[in-house]
Amino acid sequence: MSTKLAKIEKRTAYLLILPSVLLVFSIILFPIFSNIWISFKNVELKDLRIPEPRAKKLVKSIKDNPNQIKIIYKLRNSSLTQEITNVKFKDKYPSNIKPISLNNKCQFKSNILKCDLGNWPKKYRENLEIVFQNTNNKEISKKELKSYKPKLSGKSQNILLNYEFTLNNFKKVIKDKAFIDLLSTTFYYTFFGTIGAIVFGILAAQMVNQKFFGRTLIRSVLLFPYVAPVVALAYTWELLLDPTSGTLNNLLINYQIIDGPINLLGQKYVTLNILGFDFKLRLALTTVIIFEIWRYFPLAFLFILARLQAVPKELYEAADVDGANPIQKFLNITLPQILAVISILFMIRFIWNFNKFEDIFLLTGGASGTRTLPINVYQQGFSIGDIGMGSAVSIVIVVFLLIFMFIYFKLLGKRADEN
Amino acid sequence: MKIKNVFTYCFISSLFLFSLICIWKILVTLQGIELTNFNFNELFIFGIILCAINLIIGKKLNLSIKITILALLFSIFDYFISTNLPIWYSFGIFLISLFFFNNIKNYDKNFLSKNHSSQKLFFNFLTLFGITLFSFVILFPFYMMLVTSFKTQALLLLNPLDFSINFAQGLPELFKSYFIVFKDYNFGRYMLTSTIVSLGTVIITLIFAIPAAYAVARLNFFGKNFLSTSILIIYLFPAIVLVIPLYTIFSQVGLRNSIEGLLIVYTATTLPVAIYMLQGYFKSIPKELEEAGIIDGQNWLGIIFKIILPLSLPAISSVALYVFMIAWNEFLFSLMFLDRPNTFTLSRAIQFLNVGAETPRQYLMAGSVVVTLPILIIFVYFEKYLVSGLTAGSVKG
Repeated sequence: MSTKLAKIEKRTAYLLILPSVLLVFSIILFPIFSNIWISFKNVELKDLRIPEPRAKKLVKSIKDNPNQIKIIYKLRNSSLTQEITNVKFKDKYPSNIKPISLNNKCQFKSNILKCDLGNWPKKYRENLEIVFQNTNNKEISKKELKSYKPKLSGKSQNILLNYEFTLNNFKKVIKDKAFIDLLSTTFYYTFFGTIGAIVFGILAAQMVNQKFFGRTLIRSVLLFPYVAPVVALAYTWELLLDPTSGTLNNLLINYQIIDGPINLLGQKYVTLNILGFDFKLRLALTTVIIFEIWRYFPLAFLFILARLQAVPKELYEAADVDGANPIQKFLNITLPQILAVISILFMIRFIWNFNKFEDIFLLTGGASGTRTLPINVYQQGFSIGDIGMGSAVSIVIVVFLLIFMFIYFKLLGKRADEN
Repeated sequence: MKIKNVFTYCFISSLFLFSLICIWKILVTLQGIELTNFNFNELFIFGIILCAINLIIGKKLNLSIKITILALLFSIFDYFISTNLPIWYSFGIFLISLFFFNNIKNYDKNFLSKNHSSQKLFFNFLTLFGITLFSFVILFPFYMMLVTSFKTQALLLLNPLDFSINFAQGLPELFKSYFIVFKDYNFGRYMLTSTIVSLGTVIITLIFAIPAAYAVARLNFFGKNFLSTSILIIYLFPAIVLVIPLYTIFSQVGLRNSIEGLLIVYTATTLPVAIYMLQGYFKSIPKELEEAGIIDGQNWLGIIFKIILPLSLPAISSVALYVFMIAWNEFLFSLMFLDRPNTFTLSRAIQFLNVGAETPRQYLMAGSVVVTLPILIIFVYFEKYLVSGLTAGSVKG
């Protein structure tokens, strides 16, 4: 009896999870694997369109002979790169007409014309002309003729499904001189974005973790950048930072803090003079990182605040008795308590910032030294149109991702062991 | 009372007051009022003097009388060093200084002679200033988004700092950008598409996720542990690595430029987190309730519908709101899959507006307000649910 119940339970379980598993498999796992397939192929954006045989039907009356009519089919191969084999043609006509003469490719039977048009090479074009005669002396209706649409079919090779592979994409990715620059930009962006968000998250959480008037309101406000749509925020920032008519530059000039406008999103480097040393700061990248921090510190804030509220009050009271100052209290009580949350946050945010696409894309489009790996996927795949290259870059991202995940789960496991 | 503490008190307090005044002045400048100097030296020194006076007066005067007098003194001083400013500006200064002097009421001689008092004072002000600054920095772009949508491009080019709203022009003129965005740029349609896509994603995700989460939480089957770990791993894969294969597949099967395509992708990408969040909650429901259901002769479906669902409404609301937010804000897939304006979502439409040559910025910002406002209203209204959704789903973002 119990084994029977267990069997029913099992069957129900599979039934309940099957739809989700199928969907996730086909939309997430299958694409990740097909990335590998595509990355070994030489595919371009224009190859994605499947070649189709096409025909345009023109109906022309013949001078001085109302009993005859000429139909011209303008045939062409829609693809500029691939051939179509075994093209079949089919069209229907009103019942009162029949063709005068036909070439040997075609057959006319009970108002239907069928043709075997053979193989069409790429860019193929041809006109098929057929003259029809009416059989009952009634006028041939052009309208009726035009109402029938020819049907064509043919076989073409789908470039995605053949077995031609190449290593060129990966060679190009790795040999590219900008690859090192691309990696360093990505890591710079990821690292400082993550650290910045966590630092500001700690600061904000420390502030809000006290009693003051309007505290819940402030907590909601601090989460605004995270819940609002990125498109709206990025464009608002773009307007704020615009060098000529942007609010920020105009404010700074108005208060004589700077002499001329600074193109915060369009300038690759800025030279800073600190204590007599010249530093080259990557300006646009820094601006993008600041946007990133502004948008994602709320998340760190939320997490750390939740943890801070769970810290027992007695610890602080004991510290007060011992005469500890605020800095000592923070370093010796607060920090150890939130360290676990911070390390998990760091790993997760690191992985996500590493893959961040929208923010940079909307702010700079990857220009002025802000091209990261995800931006490169888009540029290779859709701006240049080299799908194979885009896939190869995605694979590089996936490899890094797997390494990060491995470290993350190792750490998580270690943490679980400790507890 | 240590002399060092008195100095730090005066110094930090005055600096704090000055910072508040600066933020006020920036906001005033953005109303198109000519104000080109923060007057740091004068205000800072006068601030120090007033703080010292505050300390000397101590409790000899009634608190409200004291702070009113000090705030008045400060506003009058500010009025004389900065000329030609409207009266509401000075009134603002007065209110800010009132708030400030009320805040320093606790720092008396007693306090300043205690241990660590200067550090405590420093952190108190840092907190207060931090909250003000953080709120300012967070809200400023939202504020600019809103006021820009009420201006015109020509006026903004004439004086890029004048964001004053002219209420005298009447409501139709004031909301002109919104009318144009809805009428000429078809935002009504985009809004409908966005709503359909987001609500559709929520409904389909829940239909798929609830049974799956229940199975993971309650039933025993082979591969259960593997499944629950892979949910998390799958969730960590970003959209950018899916985009090229999905684009190629969708192009070939004709799912691009269709709402169905978006629905499929959004559902699949939010499904792992929905299952993850729900199964955690289902596990916390006492098993005895279900056993009672079994005794009453309910089958699995009955148990899910009659026992689990009513009990886990809060969790389901969090998941629904979170998924709604993700779908509403989503940008990458809508950029990739939609290139015909009749299928655009709001996010994609705004991007299209920006790329399309020379769209006046007030229309762009009006569009941004249209896409931002619903989600902020939902957030503020359902904050409790959304925050728990955000916390659980925060692995992604």
